[in-house]
Amino acid sequence: MIGFRLFPEQASTIAPQVDALLFFLIGLSLFFSLLIAGLIVVFMVRYRRRPGGDHVPDIHGSLALEGLWTAIPFVLAMTVFFWGASIFATMQRPPDNALEVHVVGKQWMWKLQHMEGRREINELHVPVGRAVKLLMTSEDVIHSFYVPEFRVKQDAVPGRYSSIWFEATKPGTYHLFCAEYCGTLHSGMIGRIVAMEPAAFEAWLGGRQAGANVPIEVDGEGIFRAQGCGTCHRADGSGQGPALQGVFGKTVTLASGQTLVADEGYLRESILDPNAQIVAGYTSVMPTFQGLLSEEDVMRLIAYVKSLKAGEGGS
Amino acid sequence: MSEPDGRRHYLNVDYGVRSWLLTTDHKRIAILYLCSITAMFILGGLFAVGIRLELLTPQGDFVQADTYNKLFTMHGVVMVFFFLIPSIPAVLGNFLVPMMIGARDLAFPRINLLSWYLYVLGALFTLFAMITGGVDTGWTFYTPYSTASSATNVMPTAIGIFITGFSSILTGLNFIATIHTMRAPGLTWFRLPLFVWAHYATSLIMVLGTPVIAITVALVGLERGLHIGIFDPALGGDPILFQHLFWFYSHPAVYIMILPGMGVISEVVTCFARRRIYGYGFIAASSLMIALLGFLVWGHHMFVSGQSQYAALVFSFLSFFVAIPSAVKVFNWTATLYRGSIAWDSPMLYALGFMGLFTIGGLTGLFLAALGLDVHVHDTYFVVAHFHYIMVGGTIMAYLGGVHFWWPKITGRMYPEALAKVSGFVIFLGFNLTFFPQFILGYLGMPRRYHSYPDEFQVLNVFSTAGASILGVGYLLPLCYFLWSLRYGAKAPANPWNAAGLEWQTLSPPPTENFETTPVVTTDAYDYGPDGARATPPEAAVA
Repeated sequence: MIGFRLFPEQASTIAPQVDALLFFLIGLSLFFSLLIAGLIVVFMVRYRRRPGGDHVPDIHGSLALEGLWTAIPFVLAMTVFFWGASIFATMQRPPDNALEVHVVGKQWMWKLQHMEGRREINELHVPVGRAVKLLMTSEDVIHSFYVPEFRVKQDAVPGRYSSIWFEATKPGTYHLFCAEYCGTLHSGMIGRIVAMEPAAFEAWLGGRQAGANVPIEVDGEGIFRAQGCGTCHRADGSGQGPALQGVFGKTVTLASGQTLVADEGYLRESILDPNAQIVAGYTSVMPTFQGLLSEEDVMRLIAYVKSLKAGEGGS
Repeated sequence: MSEPDGRRHYLNVDYGVRSWLLTTDHKRIAILYLCSITAMFILGGLFAVGIRLELLTPQGDFVQADTYNKLFTMHGVVMVFFFLIPSIPAVLGNFLVPMMIGARDLAFPRINLLSWYLYVLGALFTLFAMITGGVDTGWTFYTPYSTASSATNVMPTAIGIFITGFSSILTGLNFIATIHTMRAPGLTWFRLPLFVWAHYATSLIMVLGTPVIAITVALVGLERGLHIGIFDPALGGDPILFQHLFWFYSHPAVYIMILPGMGVISEVVTCFARRRIYGYGFIAASSLMIALLGFLVWGHHMFVSGQSQYAALVFSFLSFFVAIPSAVKVFNWTATLYRGSIAWDSPMLYALGFMGLFTIGGLTGLFLAALGLDVHVHDTYFVVAHFHYIMVGGTIMAYLGGVHFWWPKITGRMYPEALAKVSGFVIFLGFNLTFFPQFILGYLGMPRRYHSYPDEFQVLNVFSTAGASILGVGYLLPLCYFLWSLRYGAKAPANPWNAAGLEWQTLSPPPTENFETTPVVTTDAYDYGPDGARATPPEAAVA
């Protein structure tokens, strides 16, 4: 019976909100289940068949009653919809000051890297009281990053980025599960989330580990140089490719006339499938880097591009 | 099953193997289906035994991880595609739809036989896949795992499902054509038994939805076999596209499983309460609403998959709408009991069991449709518990209730009533003990499809395994006493329940042509009650 419990710990800011909706729904379910079960039992006993044949009235139905028991569930259902949707909306919008962590799933482990450079496997250290946003993808099949004590879950899908955010509220060690079936060791693709007091977290983040901690954009800059990206993507805009300073988060106009916001997903696509959506004014001369860069390297490269502010120099 | 009185009926008209394998009699085809799906149910049940034994302890110690993954995959594939989907329509629907509308057979008797052969061919492919090593993708076949990663027998399983799909499509077509064209004189649409309405709605889903799953598994085959990039991002495909296609069928497929069960409940509740159905029109319309809305909510399986958050909002909104017609049905069945003359026969107990379990299954569906809550419970045991309440607690309860109700008509024999009641209680108890703890496990965060799990989840898993063993006994009991009754059961009269449906107005078992003269219908369905043609004669009243 070690550790037996009936309800998970609440360890994130969103958890109490999710649980409140749960309790409302449990109350609703109890009410209707007991109502139906109670009526059935009462009718079964009270109107059980008795000797001497039937004295059954001829009732066909009642429009008023049908209207009533259509309307009441409808109102309740809409209440639950809006309640659930508002929690979901919060889950979808990370606060602007969120710490970022890169996550790459593969059969059967989680690889994570903090912006300050520290890397982890199957373990994620986070500070309490600060929002953390994960940028996730997968190297192979679909995985799903799930922390029950935080009530958050998001699939890590190969070929695209997804994200999730949470803010831990109390220090402790929590489960990390893969929730999307991914093959043989799916149930072994687990780990832990270690929520720490901010000071302890800062100390941990700066702690030594093999290969020293280089900030992620410095890693990214190394890749940028090694791959020769700067040959075309010159900072002054005189190259064959657009300058990348300040491009992240900007609205760009494509050759097709469409516009889109240059987010992580767009940058990733532009590296791996450059001809898919070309910025207006440029031609399709960029080769693909598919197969040349790992998912983690692509993420580091993007972190570097994100660090390039408009008007700054660079390589 | 020889008849000493020498009367000819559909069972004794010929005993040869050929007469069964080449029959076009809808009643005999129903029996063929009954035998085949029962075999598949036993097979799927054995896989479940393996799953529950593994989960008895936290460590992965009963079978290897790969074996466990194959067990839950094959449990799902067999139970969904080869038992639940055909269960009520292909057995009870096949037997009863023509009889309830006063027809001699379905509109296309030979196509009906073809349906069964396609089912068997599909089942053989799938069995071949299992015997030669099994398949481990989960019954959901998510890409790119199924097309690029799994090293198991995905192709033969997919071919099996592809072929069986056509069996479903043909059955649906046959029901639609039959219900439109072969109703007895006087049997207008609004006099149809609700069982027939439910099968009509189900058939629409079968015909419109099943081709999509056929296309989807064909595309999986193309990508896996020929490396044509459709779903795998490494080949330029989109894995989320697969989920859209898969759930476009597989969500409505849940309604293929549950709607016919609801039809059974309407027949049973009215008969044993001696009451007209309360709100006939609303129950009939709600079947059609469920069939329609069922096609618009598939995205609620994908709230955390990476689909657009605006799509998630719309799918959540529409999912709440599906709850309404289901609730309307439950309220109307309950109201039908009011001031009835209720007999506690075993089919009625099964029907009430259905109402209880379906209510819990339906209400927990609201938890899953609520976006913010689903994020937490998606892909956990909460979902496993929810859909077992609907598909096992709902559909199998209704199926068993229906088999008990119509067994005298189908076989001409009565089963032992006391044992039937006992098995009903055992199933209800075993079911709840198996699956209720899984709601708690799910909210605690135990993910689905886990071969091993953290120690803190063990107690609830032990409850679940204990419940499953009780549930297994509950399912074996009917199998035994139904077989026993074929030889030793009392002979059934034409209408043992004094029920109102046309199928009871002919002999048990019915003659091959169903009715000696075509019946003429002059009243509404469920003509029970003091003024109805089916008022209970005093000798049938329970003392």
